[in-house]
Amino acid sequence: MSKHEQAIEKEEVVIRFSGDSGDGMQLTGTLFSNTSALFGNDLLTFPDYPAEIRAPQGTVGGVSGFQVHVGQSEVNTPGDFADILVAMNPAAVKANASFINKGGTIIYDEDNFTEKNIQKAGYVSDPIKEDNLQDYNIIAAPITTLVRETLKDYGLDPKTVQRTKNMFALGMVYWLFDSDLKYTEEYFESKFKLRPKIVDANKAVLRAGYNYGETIEALSTTYHVSPAKIERGTYRNINGNQSTAWGLLAAAEKAGLPLFIGSYPITPATGILEELAARKDLGVKSFQAEDEIAGICTSLGASFAGSLAVTTTSGPGLALKSEALGLAVMTELPLVVINVQRGGPSTGLPTKTEQSDLMQALYGRSGESPVVVIAASTPSNCFKFAFESAKIALEHMVPVILLSDGFIANGSEPWKIPSMADLPDITPPIIREGMGEYIPYERDEKWLRRRWAIPGTPGYEHRIGGLEKTIRGTVSYIPENHEYMVKTRSEKVARVVAHVPDLEVYGDQEGELLLIGWGGTYGHLLTTVRDMREEKHKISLAHFNYINPLPSNVHEVFSKFKKLVVAELNTGQFASYLRMNLQEFNYHQINKVQGLPFTTIELKERCKQILEAK
Amino acid sequence: MEKANLTYNPKDFKSDQEVRWCPGCGDHAILSSVTRAMAELKIPKEKYAFISGIGCSSRFPYYLATYGFHGIHGRASAIATGVKVTNPDLSVWQITGDGDALAIGGNHFIHAIRRNIDINIILFNNEIYGLTKGQYSPTSQKGSVTKTSPFGTVEEPFQPGELVIGAKGKFFARTIDANIQLSTEIFRDAALHEGTSVVEVLQNCVIFNDGVHATLNDKEHKEDRTIILRHGQPMIFGKNQDRGLVLDGLKLKVVKLGNGLSGKDILVHDARENNPGIHTMLANMRYPGFPVALGVIRSVSAPTYDMAVDGQISKVRSTSSIKNMDDLLMSGSTWEVK
Repeated sequence: MSKHEQAIEKEEVVIRFSGDSGDGMQLTGTLFSNTSALFGNDLLTFPDYPAEIRAPQGTVGGVSGFQVHVGQSEVNTPGDFADILVAMNPAAVKANASFINKGGTIIYDEDNFTEKNIQKAGYVSDPIKEDNLQDYNIIAAPITTLVRETLKDYGLDPKTVQRTKNMFALGMVYWLFDSDLKYTEEYFESKFKLRPKIVDANKAVLRAGYNYGETIEALSTTYHVSPAKIERGTYRNINGNQSTAWGLLAAAEKAGLPLFIGSYPITPATGILEELAARKDLGVKSFQAEDEIAGICTSLGASFAGSLAVTTTSGPGLALKSEALGLAVMTELPLVVINVQRGGPSTGLPTKTEQSDLMQALYGRSGESPVVVIAASTPSNCFKFAFESAKIALEHMVPVILLSDGFIANGSEPWKIPSMADLPDITPPIIREGMGEYIPYERDEKWLRRRWAIPGTPGYEHRIGGLEKTIRGTVSYIPENHEYMVKTRSEKVARVVAHVPDLEVYGDQEGELLLIGWGGTYGHLLTTVRDMREEKHKISLAHFNYINPLPSNVHEVFSKFKKLVVAELNTGQFASYLRMNLQEFNYHQINKVQGLPFTTIELKERCKQILEAK
Repeated sequence: MEKANLTYNPKDFKSDQEVRWCPGCGDHAILSSVTRAMAELKIPKEKYAFISGIGCSSRFPYYLATYGFHGIHGRASAIATGVKVTNPDLSVWQITGDGDALAIGGNHFIHAIRRNIDINIILFNNEIYGLTKGQYSPTSQKGSVTKTSPFGTVEEPFQPGELVIGAKGKFFARTIDANIQLSTEIFRDAALHEGTSVVEVLQNCVIFNDGVHATLNDKEHKEDRTIILRHGQPMIFGKNQDRGLVLDGLKLKVVKLGNGLSGKDILVHDARENNPGIHTMLANMRYPGFPVALGVIRSVSAPTYDMAVDGQISKVRSTSSIKNMDDLLMSGSTWEVK
């Protein structure tokens, strides 16, 4: 393949694949990402799709998108605006017109721009004119016709032919980037192993798209993004749900315990259950429960019986689990509950991201029932925080809620593969045969954790349950005993702080403005602060992963800044939590509740306003 | 399950906790029957796990000297499932009542049965909510006057046996609290059965529904009003063993022996028949039209969920190239940055 002679060297490029939810845009985007990653670019992806599997064809509501941000330096967001839009139909233009960089490239399938489709998308007659896109680099390609022509001698039915259209578009994009087709071709070979005809058809269409790019003059602007200068090592692409699942697997191996996951499918958390269900080779017992309640209750039973037990869900599911989570608090059994947050309340926006379950995670139970709350902040660090959640649950005999969200769960990025040898050991306080007397709620002085006597161990038969108990496990209504146990359970969670690393500051340790965030907004906040620091603003970032208990140095960090700004994708839950725990400070807020991540543009604008305000 | 050469006495399984059921409650007799069955089973004490939900019956685990977990309302089937799937080597029992299992826990109950998790579910059926002091339950007879149905219920009750069989249940038995000998025998059979076994115990709530099963327990008439089914035996009952069950077309019918009808004309109980037709009819028999069936009504062998899971894991393990976490981390598409 010839190298482009006049390729534009770019620091970073954002490309968005967009079409009907049946057009295969998620796959197209994933193949492009993997190809770029193998080339050595850093990247971050953002799949954005409707809840309906096949929403009404050709409508804006049915548009499925996949955005990839590739760069030659560190990439932390999927990009605010796309440089290149691939639109399979008019609705895809309509849905994305305001998210394309001025002068960007729009590649579309002109065969699909029929009068009917144009009107279905809400245009009168000319999408490009009506959305004022004339000055953009518009490439109208007769994709449907060319695909049909390419495959006319393959003896395939029209539906199958139709399905390869996305690969033509991908081929064009590969030409734009002078990408290697090898990874994608290998994907076809393994995916359609038993159907060589389909492999050949897809390869032919991909090449046809590539060659078409070369043939037409319109693609005069091509791109070259050099490999990123990243740390040495072996890398792979990973999304948040997969890395969460792997973090749990790693924890089970380190603890020497079987992994049990009891879960009920719910968007956007299902990927974790699916990933673990496939890991029978590592001994995982995955249990698809009859409902959310059974998900957590089977897990709690599994914990009682000696598993590393996990249940995964999203907001409405966490609500259903809350009674059983209280039982986990009461019985002081290790349990990891993962909430991949989505837009709420109720069914809300199942496929969209939000951070609005923070208060539910902290307080959504009856009685005084504190749990440890941790939040992952990038697709790849879900591994680390899933591992940490399991470690804390097992070593402190406490339920832990790990918060993820739709954005990091579905988003993917290159990840330097760790070695198991580099991960810390996990040593739960299991009492084994012959270790002396066992008193169910007797605690060690340091951590206040009780010991774990696993059924099957002779001599340590005991009863636990939801009723308040004495140290010996006898049901008790004695007022002082209840108060003692309530305070002890709370103190036990508070002492986890010894394992919580200090809050770190990105940027100077003191200044005008400290941007404060938690969880999945990390990439956007970091990029905002990095860009603003380049513009000489005195801004720094403090991003939280440990919510309860909070790191012990928060006061110290906050006190070095004139203004504190809490940015989060809700109406101010973390800000309220900070006001309650660190009342001595005044907090500004940046909030967004649209089911979408922040854009760095809006964050910068708000931060500048706050900086300028007296 | 490991069968050690152990000798146990029923009282070895009783904890030091004071039993707090009302004097005269049927639960006392059930506790005796269960511990007697345990003494016969010769399963090491540490391998028992008793799981319960909420209700009077659910206090049961506290009175046993085994591993026990007093859960939350309705969820015992799910908790027990997690215990058994984690460690199939344990003997897992669920203690539940008609409200706990069939109302708030109905979903978990039917799905545990459908999956055929190898647990023993003892369902105390007193047709009333006792712990909350006298509201109707899903098994209260239609028209029952209770605190929440002062004018009588207007809803149809469940027949637990029919529900169990409808949920693909492979083992269903019924006993009555006062009959300790029969209960002991049935609990033992339930424990030996591989798969979900459900034992409905007709249990008397002395405070809120006293005498609910009295017609079946009356010394004078109980043999005429109940039939104890045993696999391979003809379905004959009555104080004088002079009545039996036959099929009349598609329905069961009670006949009197004599006048040309002898024992060999009577249906022989086949608990192991997979077709649930007759088992359902037997489970549904109600006095006075029929004798109420006690004993093991259905006991069909089938693969259990917990063993199937273990089997699948062994099979996948033997062929997969991923043996540990490092293997998984390095599997699939990776690339080297130098």
